[in-house]
Amino acid sequence: MSFFKKLKDKFAGNAEQEQSTEKYKEGLEKTRTGFTSRINDLVAKYRKVDEDFFEELEEVLLQADVGFETVLELMDELRYEVQRKNVRDTSNVQSVISEKLVEIYQAGEPELNEIKFADGLTVILMVGVNGVGKTTTIGKLAHRLKNEGKSVMLAAGDTFRAGAIEQLDVWGQRVGVDVIKQAAGSDPAAVMYDAVRSAKSRGVDVLICDTAGRLQNKVNLMNELEKVHRVLGREIPGAPHEVLLALDATTGQNAMIQAQTFKEVTEVTGIVLTKLDGTAKGGIVLAIRNKLKIPVKFVGLGEKMDDLQPFDPQKYVYGLFAEGLDKEDKLEEDSADK
Amino acid sequence: MAFEGLSERLQGTMTKIKGKGKVSEADVKEMMREVRFALIEADVNLKVVKEFVKKVSERAAGSDVMESLTPGQQVVKIVKDELTELMGGEQSKIEFSTKQPTVIMMVGLQGAGKTTTTGKLAGLLRKKHNRKPLLVAADVYRPAAVQQLETVGKQLTIPVFSKGTDISPVEIARQAIEHAKAEHLDTVIIDTAGRLHIDDALMQELKDIRALKEPDEIFLVVDAMTGQDAVNVAQSFDEAIGITGVVLTKLDGDTRGGAALSIRTVTQKPIKFIGMGEKLDALDVFHPERMASRILGMGDMLSLIEKAQTSVDEEKAKQLEEKFRTSSFTFDDFLEQLAQVKQMGPLDEILKMLPGANKIKGLENAKVDESQMGRVEAIIYSMTTQEKTTPEIINANRKKRIARGSGTSIQDVNRLLKQFEDMKKMMKQMSGMNSKKGKKKMSMPGLDSLFK
Repeated sequence: MSFFKKLKDKFAGNAEQEQSTEKYKEGLEKTRTGFTSRINDLVAKYRKVDEDFFEELEEVLLQADVGFETVLELMDELRYEVQRKNVRDTSNVQSVISEKLVEIYQAGEPELNEIKFADGLTVILMVGVNGVGKTTTIGKLAHRLKNEGKSVMLAAGDTFRAGAIEQLDVWGQRVGVDVIKQAAGSDPAAVMYDAVRSAKSRGVDVLICDTAGRLQNKVNLMNELEKVHRVLGREIPGAPHEVLLALDATTGQNAMIQAQTFKEVTEVTGIVLTKLDGTAKGGIVLAIRNKLKIPVKFVGLGEKMDDLQPFDPQKYVYGLFAEGLDKEDKLEEDSADK
Repeated sequence: MAFEGLSERLQGTMTKIKGKGKVSEADVKEMMREVRFALIEADVNLKVVKEFVKKVSERAAGSDVMESLTPGQQVVKIVKDELTELMGGEQSKIEFSTKQPTVIMMVGLQGAGKTTTTGKLAGLLRKKHNRKPLLVAADVYRPAAVQQLETVGKQLTIPVFSKGTDISPVEIARQAIEHAKAEHLDTVIIDTAGRLHIDDALMQELKDIRALKEPDEIFLVVDAMTGQDAVNVAQSFDEAIGITGVVLTKLDGDTRGGAALSIRTVTQKPIKFIGMGEKLDALDVFHPERMASRILGMGDMLSLIEKAQTSVDEEKAKQLEEKFRTSSFTFDDFLEQLAQVKQMGPLDEILKMLPGANKIKGLENAKVDESQMGRVEAIIYSMTTQEKTTPEIINANRKKRIARGSGTSIQDVNRLLKQFEDMKKMMKQMSGMNSKKGKKKMSMPGLDSLFK
C-alpha cells in the first residue's frame, strides 16, 4: 500500500470514526440526561432511602438481566454504604449507586477495551453459541482494524452452517479484506492451519478466525473448538492472542454458563456484547466480569460496518438504570391505563 | 449457587423450619421467596414472576399445604401445576387454509434461528402432514441469508423461491405465492429477515407481507436463552403483526428457558414447536408440563421414559430379565445393552433429563465420555466366545492378550471385569426382590457404573 493511500485511508477512517462516535455519544447523551432525570424522579417518588426504594432499584436491575446473586450483593453493599455515609436523602444516593455498579464491574482491575496486538501476526479467534452475531462482528471488527491502518485477513472457520462461508465472504468484499476458505463441511482446524500459513506468507497484521456457533453443552463441538485453538497455538506461539466471546445482549442467565464453558475451553480474553441496539441490556456481563474476570471489549450497536464500539462501563451502567427506570414507568402507566 | 432446582432450594428452606410442628404463614412467605428466586434465575420475566407468585401464594396458604406432612413437596407441586397450566394445557395444531396455498410467516429477532426453523418446519409438514412446501427467501438484508435457505432447501430437496437481494421482500413474497399456486405447492413458508422489534421501518415491511394474503400462521421464533427482554420482544411483534404461535429454539442447550413462560403469559399465544438441535429433523412438538419441570430445574423424566420406550426393544428387555434371574448374563448381553443405551442418544443429554442429575457432585458438569463406551466395546470384542460366557477363565495371560487386542491396558480390562462382576451381583439382589412388573422395562443395570 502506498504511503498516500494509507494516509488517505487513515483520514477517511478517522472522519468516519468521529462520525460514529458522535452518533454513539448522542445516543448516550440522551441516556445520561435520562438517567439523571429518572433518578430525580425516583428521588421525588421516594424522599427517603427506605426499603421500597431499594426494592424498586432491585427490580430495575433484575429486569436488565443482571442476575439475582449480583443484584443481592449490590443491594447489600448499597445498604451498607448508605448506612455508613449516613445517606438519608435519595438525592445523595445517586452517585453511590453508579459508583458501586462500576466498582462491581471493574473489581479493581484496569479497563481493557482494546485489542491486544502481538509483535508480528495477531490472531483473533471469535467464539460463541449459535446466532449471537459472530460473523457480523468479525466483519465490523475487520473494518475497524483496517481503519486503524492494519492489514486484515479473515478465516472462514464455520464450515458447518449453511451459508456461513458465503456470509463471511460478503463481509470480506464489503470491507475489502481477503477471506481464506475451504469447501463447506471441511475440517475447521484445517481451514485455520491454511489461514495462518497464508497470513504469515502475505505478512498481514491481523487474522480474524470465524468459528461455527455451538451450544456450550455439546461436548464434541467444544472438543473441536479446543482443537482449533490448539492448532492456532501450534502454528504461532502465543496465538490466538485474543479470544473474543460473542454474547447476545438478549440472552439471560445462561450467558454465565456460556462464558464459563467457553473460557475453560479457549481461554476467552474478552466479550463482544452484540445486539445492544435493541431493548435488552445484557446485564449479566456485570456478573460475568465479577465472577470470571472477563471484560467486555466491544459492543455491537447495529448491522452496519461501523456499528461496533469500544465498551465504556460508566456509560453502560448509566444505560442500565436510565432505560430500566423508563421502562418501569411506562409499564406502570400501561397497567394504569388498563 | 445459581441454577439449583426449585426442589432443592425448597428442601433447604424446609430443613430450617423442620423442627416446627406446623407451617406458618411466614414460612410460606419464605418458601415463596425461593420460588421467586428460582423463576428469576430461570429467566422468567420479573413482572410475570410477581403475578405468578401472588397466585401461588394464595393456593399455598390453603389448609392442604399447612397441614400436609411435606409442605415443601406440596408447594413444588402447586408451582409446577400452575406453571403447566399457564403454559397452555394442550398442544395446539397447525392451521391449514382451505384455500390454497397455506401461508406461514416466520418472524423474529436476528439470530433466533428463523432460517433453520423454516427448513425444519417444511420437513416436518411434508413428513407428518403430507404437504408440499415452498420455502421463500425473503431475507434480503443479511449477507448470504438467501444462500443459507437455498442450501437448507437442497439438503431437504424442498423447492426454494429466491429472487436475489435486489427486490423488496414484499414483492418476493407476492411472486412466491403466485408461483406456489401455479406449481400446486400447497404450503408457502416465508423466511423473513431478523429485525429488532423497535425498528419501525422493518416492522412495517412485515405488515406489508402480511397484507398480501392473510397468513394462516405467523410464528414468532424465539431463542430459548432469551432473558428478561423476551416479554418486550413478544409483545411488540404480537401488537404489530399479530402472531399465531411461537417456536422456541436452541432448547438442546442447558438454559432453563423461562422465556417460554414470559412469552406465553404476555401474548397468550401457544408455543407450538421447539428446536432441539442443528440437524434438520430436530423440531419437536411442545409439551407444557416438561417445560415447567425444566424451568424449575426438576429434570425431564417424561422425555427420558419416552425415549427409553421408543429405543428399547421390549422383547429383548424380557429376555434380559430372564438372564438376570438365572444369572446367565454374559458379556454378549452387556454389549447389547450398551447398544440400546447408545440408541437413546448422546449420554450427557440423557443424564441431563434425570431429575437432580445436575446436583450430584461431580456430575453437574458431567461430560460423558462416549469414547469410554467405545473402549468397553473394544475390550469385549477382543474376548473369545468362551471368555464372554465364562469370564472366570480370564487369567493374566488372557488379560494381556485382550488388552493388546483392544488397544487398552490391563488395568482397563481389570476394571471392566470388576464392573461386570459387581453388576452381576447387583442383578442377583435385584431379581431376588421381586420387583414390580412395570419397572422392569426401565432397569438398566450397568448404566451407572459406566459413568464412574
